[in-house]
Amino acid sequence: MESTRNRNNPYGDDKVIAACCLFGMLDTTGKRIGGRDSIEAIANMHDRGNGLGGGFAIYGLYPDWPDHYAFHVMYTSQAGRKEVEATLRSNFHVAHGEEVPTRQAAVSNPPTVWRYFLQPEERALIGQSADDYVVERVMEINTGHRDAFVFSSGKNMGVFKGVGYPEDVADFFKLDDYRAYLWTAHGRFPTNTQAWWGGAHPFSILDWTVVHNGEISSYGINRRYLEMYGYHCTMHTDTEVIAYAVDLLARRHNLPLNLVCKVLSAPLWADIDRMEGEEQDLYRTLRQVYGSLLLNGPFTIIIAHQNEMIGLTDRIRLRPLTAATKGDVLFLSSEEAAIRLVSPELDKVWTPLGGEPVVGRVKSEAAVVAPTGQVLVA
Amino acid sequence: MKTYLPARFRVRRDDERCIRCRVCERQCGFDVHHYDEEDDSLYCDDEKCVACHRCVVFCPTGALTVEKNPLSYRENYSWRPEAIEDLMKQAETGGILLTGMGNDKPYPIYWDKLLLNASQVTNPSIDPLREPMELRTYLGRKPDRIDLAAGNIGRWTRRAPQVAIETPIMFSAISYGAISLNVQESLARAATEYGTFFNTGEGGLHKSLYKYSDNAIVQVASGRFGVHQEYLDAARVVEIKIGQGAKPGIGGHLPGEKVSAEVAATRMIPRGTDALSPAPHHDIYSIEDLSQLIYALKEATNYTKPISVKIAAVHNSAAIASGIVRAGADIVAIDGIRGATGAAPKIIRDNVGIPIELAIAAVDSRLRAEGIRNQASLVAAGGVRNSADVIKAIALGADAVYIGSAALIAMGCHVCQACYTGRCSWGIATTDDYLMKRINPNIASRRLTNLLRGWSLEIKEMLGGMGINALESLRGNRHHLRGVGLSDTELEILGVRMAGS
Repeated sequence: MESTRNRNNPYGDDKVIAACCLFGMLDTTGKRIGGRDSIEAIANMHDRGNGLGGGFAIYGLYPDWPDHYAFHVMYTSQAGRKEVEATLRSNFHVAHGEEVPTRQAAVSNPPTVWRYFLQPEERALIGQSADDYVVERVMEINTGHRDAFVFSSGKNMGVFKGVGYPEDVADFFKLDDYRAYLWTAHGRFPTNTQAWWGGAHPFSILDWTVVHNGEISSYGINRRYLEMYGYHCTMHTDTEVIAYAVDLLARRHNLPLNLVCKVLSAPLWADIDRMEGEEQDLYRTLRQVYGSLLLNGPFTIIIAHQNEMIGLTDRIRLRPLTAATKGDVLFLSSEEAAIRLVSPELDKVWTPLGGEPVVGRVKSEAAVVAPTGQVLVA
Repeated sequence: MKTYLPARFRVRRDDERCIRCRVCERQCGFDVHHYDEEDDSLYCDDEKCVACHRCVVFCPTGALTVEKNPLSYRENYSWRPEAIEDLMKQAETGGILLTGMGNDKPYPIYWDKLLLNASQVTNPSIDPLREPMELRTYLGRKPDRIDLAAGNIGRWTRRAPQVAIETPIMFSAISYGAISLNVQESLARAATEYGTFFNTGEGGLHKSLYKYSDNAIVQVASGRFGVHQEYLDAARVVEIKIGQGAKPGIGGHLPGEKVSAEVAATRMIPRGTDALSPAPHHDIYSIEDLSQLIYALKEATNYTKPISVKIAAVHNSAAIASGIVRAGADIVAIDGIRGATGAAPKIIRDNVGIPIELAIAAVDSRLRAEGIRNQASLVAAGGVRNSADVIKAIALGADAVYIGSAALIAMGCHVCQACYTGRCSWGIATTDDYLMKRINPNIASRRLTNLLRGWSLEIKEMLGGMGINALESLRGNRHHLRGVGLSDTELEILGVRMAGS
């Protein structure tokens, strides 16, 4: 616990405050595209960050290992790597492990980064889902090892992040070599943290990732609510809280993502009062039950997981978000200019209303998931 | 017996201003003023004055003022005037000393040592004049999760009824008999108009107030006064009163003098008899017994109303509250040491219980540690003086607060602590026909709605300043509090950090 906290929150503040730029693009046909556009777009918003953090979440990254949990682990010592690798071997079947390829770039003080493709040992799962097991092991490693940090743990996806401007982090991790159908990117402007690689965005647990621009005034209660469900907010950032909230609501409580958004950015009571019948029941109940997960304060987030990307702002839209489509591609960005840079001609560009999620899905999945905004009542 | 007690106050009359209108004589409930026709002069029995200021406020020429009797005792830190005078009263009466209102001793008031946050630069404050700002709160048991696969979403809400309040401020239990019908009607009307609740206390609900029962919390206390099926059916919430902050460990006391015909009918007791509630509920000697009463009331009301359990804040409140939640309560109300009363033994009011700030923080933390905080709403009572106290209570973990003294003060109470005499000059803590007419429900309910409105507007301003636009984002959000002048242990129990850290 102490190790991550001290590195990310050296002054012991309530939480780490950061403002930022973010960008996301999804090819809804599932076609894997190169990283150049995402890197250029986020680089175009250079001035919104201050070089103390940049990162990417990339989906469809490991088609050769689709059923293995891909752990990305940063190490600051060889001893730390030996310890964690021993832990991994005792808890998982490790199918493959390798150092993540990097090149010299304008990043500061990079750790050694390794990736492992894992499956939980069957006998270790005692009445527990594999996902829950992985979450617990990630929490254990991140709170128990001073020199190691698991920053990506999903299947067929990966997070790459570090200290530097996002374009330099991309350069370091050679992201232009990768191809994927969904990219999200983040440039960071922290105000009260020293640079630490684990503190950059995206934050992730399993294949859920969040990039975030904003400050969550409700952090204190969001965190205390999540603690009741076994989440330990070791990083002291509001982004971490969002990632866990999404995990709780979408994975453990099985709510569709559009409803998850309606918890995080709930409709006003006055709007709920104007609804009727089952819809009113649903939204009122959501807010009554999950009121402690309402995210208050200014934010824009891009949440992603397999086949899906969602952009969301706070209820009164205190941080920017622009959405656009071109052909089969959905773009989300802090600034329209970044989208125009990589796709000058767009089919549609709009500014989503506060609290209204923009949902993009890979089309093959569309048949089983309700369209955007439609309320799912089982 | 000749009393050895000196007068506590002196009434000063400016004879040049006095026009002999005798308003003071008529207004005083304690017979301080009397007119002498021969002298054409007004005289005062200073020793009867309780400093309620009724005469001062109503004197048309401003001829009156009340001051402390400047009588000095020889300095003695142990034998202070209060100790000497209390002892003398007992030597003269041989009884338990009674008092009214809440604890007046200088125990720490933690509200005054907690400071609120505001947004600067990294997030914007929100302007409640231009942006929505939500104070609505739903009280009642919440499930651990929503399970869409389990069927109709309305199902659990029917099983765990929720009640809405439009501001997190409710009127505390004040029973008919302790206060007049006019006062309770004023509370009921204000609660109805503002969309919050009044609480009948343990004296039943007068038949003329059933029209306000949509905004009523009805109490079931150890005396069971006025409890019947229609009473339970009428209410939105049923509250089991275990204890109150002013007198933890003992039951309610209503002297027979205040039991008029109407009070008697409402309480279902003979006229003029003392209404003394037993100290415990004699069907609750343990937690499993409480659970039986909770479920008996749920059965009686067909699971349509949240059941609240009100306790006094005492040393092990956290463990007690946890038991209450596990026993099935939907709301836990906790009344701190500064909670008020119409009548209580002074020795108990002044020495038993703990401050609500510590209790609410400890209970909220304990329920969270046990993963059951969602299973009951938490209401803080006892010592809330202004909207900042309300917002601090909520940040510490309360869902809402009860106000009692504050509501009475809004109607005119000057906190003279003589409620137990039944002679309240302001017409509040009395059932005397002549005195109670002084509360006009049209005016008093307006004063109360003004109070609710003023505090609600202030809460919105403070919330907006913190960058929050819904009250639920502040509930239990102790990051928005900082302590000053508190020890490490106090900070730890309150769950807040020192200012500057």
